[in-house]
Amino acid sequence: MIRILTVLAACFLMAMPVLAVQPDEILNDPVLEERARDLSKDLRCVVCQNENIDSSHAGMARDLRILVRERLVAGDSDEEVLDFVVARYGDYVLFNPPFKPSTYALWIGPFAVMALGLLGVVLMLTRRPKKIDAKALALSEEEESAVAAMLAEDGKEGPKG
Amino acid sequence: MIPEIGNFALMLALAAALVQSVLPMVGAAQRNVLWMQSAVTTALIQCGLLAVAFAALMRSFIVSDFTVVNVVANSHSLKPMIYKVAATWGSHEGSLLLWVLILAIFGAGVAVLGKNIPAELRARTLSVQAWISVGFLSFMIFTSNPFDRMFPAPLNGNDLNPLLQDIGLALHPPLLYLGYVGFSIVFSFAVAALIEGRVDPAWARWVRPWTLAAWVSLTGGIALGSWWAYYELGWGGWWFWDPVENVSFMPWLLGTALLHSAIVTEKRDTFKSWTILLAILTFSLSLLGTFIVRSGLLTSVHAFAVDPERGVYILGLLFVSIGGSLALYAWRAPQLEGGGLFTPISREAGLLINNLLLATATAAVLFGTLYPLFLEAVTGDKISVGPPFFNASFIPIMLPLVFMMGIGPFLSWKRADLPGVMSRLKFAIGLGLIAALWAWWMDTDGPVLAIIAMGVAGWLLVASAREWLSRIKAGEVPLAESLRRAKNLPRAAHGMTIAHMGVAVLILGMVGSSAWKTEQILFASPGTVVEIAGYEVRFDRVERVRGPNYVSDMGTLTAFRDGEQVAVLQPERRWYPVAEMQTTESAIRSTLAGDLYVTIGEPAADRASNEWTLRILFEPFVNFIWIGTVFLVIGGTFSLTDRRLRVGAPKSAARPPIQATPAE
Amino acid sequence: MKRALFALPVVLVLILGGFFLWGLNPDRDPNAIPSVLIDAQAPEFALDGIPGLDTPGLAKADLSGADNPLVVNVFASWCVPCRAEHAVLTRMAREENIHLLGINYKDKPEDAVRWLDELGNPYERIGADLTGRVGIEWGISGVPETFVIDANGIVVYRFVGPILSAEDVRDMQEAIALARSRSGAGGTS
Repeated sequence: MIRILTVLAACFLMAMPVLAVQPDEILNDPVLEERARDLSKDLRCVVCQNENIDSSHAGMARDLRILVRERLVAGDSDEEVLDFVVARYGDYVLFNPPFKPSTYALWIGPFAVMALGLLGVVLMLTRRPKKIDAKALALSEEEESAVAAMLAEDGKEGPKG
Repeated sequence: MIPEIGNFALMLALAAALVQSVLPMVGAAQRNVLWMQSAVTTALIQCGLLAVAFAALMRSFIVSDFTVVNVVANSHSLKPMIYKVAATWGSHEGSLLLWVLILAIFGAGVAVLGKNIPAELRARTLSVQAWISVGFLSFMIFTSNPFDRMFPAPLNGNDLNPLLQDIGLALHPPLLYLGYVGFSIVFSFAVAALIEGRVDPAWARWVRPWTLAAWVSLTGGIALGSWWAYYELGWGGWWFWDPVENVSFMPWLLGTALLHSAIVTEKRDTFKSWTILLAILTFSLSLLGTFIVRSGLLTSVHAFAVDPERGVYILGLLFVSIGGSLALYAWRAPQLEGGGLFTPISREAGLLINNLLLATATAAVLFGTLYPLFLEAVTGDKISVGPPFFNASFIPIMLPLVFMMGIGPFLSWKRADLPGVMSRLKFAIGLGLIAALWAWWMDTDGPVLAIIAMGVAGWLLVASAREWLSRIKAGEVPLAESLRRAKNLPRAAHGMTIAHMGVAVLILGMVGSSAWKTEQILFASPGTVVEIAGYEVRFDRVERVRGPNYVSDMGTLTAFRDGEQVAVLQPERRWYPVAEMQTTESAIRSTLAGDLYVTIGEPAADRASNEWTLRILFEPFVNFIWIGTVFLVIGGTFSLTDRRLRVGAPKSAARPPIQATPAE
Repeated sequence: MKRALFALPVVLVLILGGFFLWGLNPDRDPNAIPSVLIDAQAPEFALDGIPGLDTPGLAKADLSGADNPLVVNVFASWCVPCRAEHAVLTRMAREENIHLLGINYKDKPEDAVRWLDELGNPYERIGADLTGRVGIEWGISGVPETFVIDANGIVVYRFVGPILSAEDVRDMQEAIALARSRSGAGGTS
């Protein structure tokens, strides 16, 4: 625990990731290099844990960046590269959690909340007006003129922001 | 001596808060005017005492009193004065004192400015506010006293983290806390209303300015933090979906929902229980943020000295305040409903959907932030939830919201004419499409979401402008008449237009800087010329420079555009010997079209000498992010000055708004 | 029904509070990353010894068929906590009936040799991981890290950080006993 804390302190306080990706790591092939950058952005640094390896300046992150590039040069697909790292460090290193039973709730959760909310809103909106008839919704003549007067007075009609 | 005064003031403030948390509440129940009045006095006394304590701590920092442990840990005699002052709130203890002070300032604000609020509501609100004060003051005094002494005093301090020695970050916490903690008063209003068992339009009207004030501060605070990360951390990012960012963002999202739902409660006497719930939850999320930042529950970039014991204490506070208020809510809220009716196409319905989307977005951020904890507790597995998840869940929720923002203001209360509204928005639809096409043309391989986002941003910009123009009947009536109308529009209406347009501007900046960023990383020796985004950047030299408490390698680069010199950029790599820390100071040439962003890294060690690592970025439109937030802040402030909302406004503000008789 | 809906927030918050309380357990380290190697074969690797040192190198093949549990320690001369840990490891190698093996992580050979000369060399075998690639194979996040392996080459336990306190040593002893019992049963588990 203490070691980890000092390591973290080293990451975030002492040595700021001045420049994460070093020029000598960059691949000559711009397409591969771009894939490497994108993959690196989804891999969590195991030393400086709140950074991806692309922006971390830990030595370990640099090793992993070079490794990612080597795999790409060797012809690995993006998935294969990620699998390679996951096989050694576990799902923890993926900033983009894979869709699998343990993360179903994560990926579906927000949209389930939205669906439930929408259902609630629809129920609320469709049920409520039944109790009233159109006449009740419409303004009487008196009210119309009152509203008109108010509008003239201070440009009423409720603001939203 | 001074620290003792500060310490004593803290104790007295706790005593005042204790009185304030009991006497007015009992007074309100028994209709004892004198006891209710005591809320005002105690709120002012509490605020005054905390100001004394805060000033005492600040003085200890200014004079570098190294008998105070907190000063030793966070300051150094060589530090520039402004950062000595800022170090007052740079530590866990000091920031907690600021937290409590702001809590008291909002309480005192209601005490002084809330003369139009019924005595009972005000007494109860201030009492609830004092409950929070008591909780946090005792936490501070018993576990994190900023005035703890140390004898013998060391000769010098450990210095404040140099990353924090920056003007953006010096101002970030006070502003952030003004927002974060500002929501406390809204929470107190909500709990007081639940105790009273009554929520009416007048209540919403008293609450709204406070919500707005907190929201404006929080907006500014978050933007400042983001801006700081952008220029200080050296890789040109402005949002990382780090847990600490998320916990400040969630109250903002829900506070935005609250701002809008309070309007419905005020104008239409409905959504009451929902507004109350939002008021409670918004501040609950602020408390959650305080808990997460200070307990070390999650791995995060930014955590104060981690101490599980403190975590347990704050969790206890959370349990009592959030659990208690929500239990009260479960008991009282069912009696609150009622009020105006509306059809599925109306402003009420529009704001309902606005609230649904904002609440869902908040839930997505909350869920993503805490999911690793849930999973670890249930299965022991450790996973990471990072930017890809948040982008994938948050953005799809926000895009429909932004689209709705274009229509919402056109909808009239109770029942609106959607086809009519859409026909007035033809132009906006067209411009949205053009914006999307332009985004596609900018980068045909770019992300699809970027194209959609640019489309809705263009739509929102035009729709907001169109709504304002149609309010003043521009083009329909003579110009003078339009101007007269513009002058007579309530300020809140201008505020809304400005804020909504700000969102459109913000999106332009966010999309531009994340989708179309270009970057060059290289070893360069003096004389090297780099081409990026139409600039030619020449690397001239590196020199050793000495600052007040650091030494730095300062690079000099000259930027040319079309052969003409446009800027000299001097990025630095600083070394702070006392703190033994290294920081990077980026050099930025800002234009509306984008920022040319240069950082300098280590000298290339294993290379022929005099080669340095350079990182040169071009971030298109990034400044629109800050411009957009400035719009939001201005819009919110404008609304705040609306005479109908003015906090200290005379009686007229206390009168419930005239209602078109609700149909029953 | 309606009442239940209004009680939902407080219920959700209480559940959330339960998780937080669990999360504050002082034994829980939010930054710990579990090793994927536990109960699995040690990774494939082959390292030469440190040049200038006569201790032999280390490879996967050396990790199975041993009569006693194996302890693989990843260390480096530039790592300050390793220095503190060294004495504890030396004593354990003497007293515990184990084979102590080393992986010298991203070190300059001459520094490593000097370091071992100065502090003593308790390792039976040391692989020189000059590039740090083998460290990645083992999934380490820093040095020192220590793995306990049974006679079948199965990783039983990983210790992150320096083994210093009596409690740390006890953890290691438990893991070694576990490895011994598995080897004794002769199972491949």
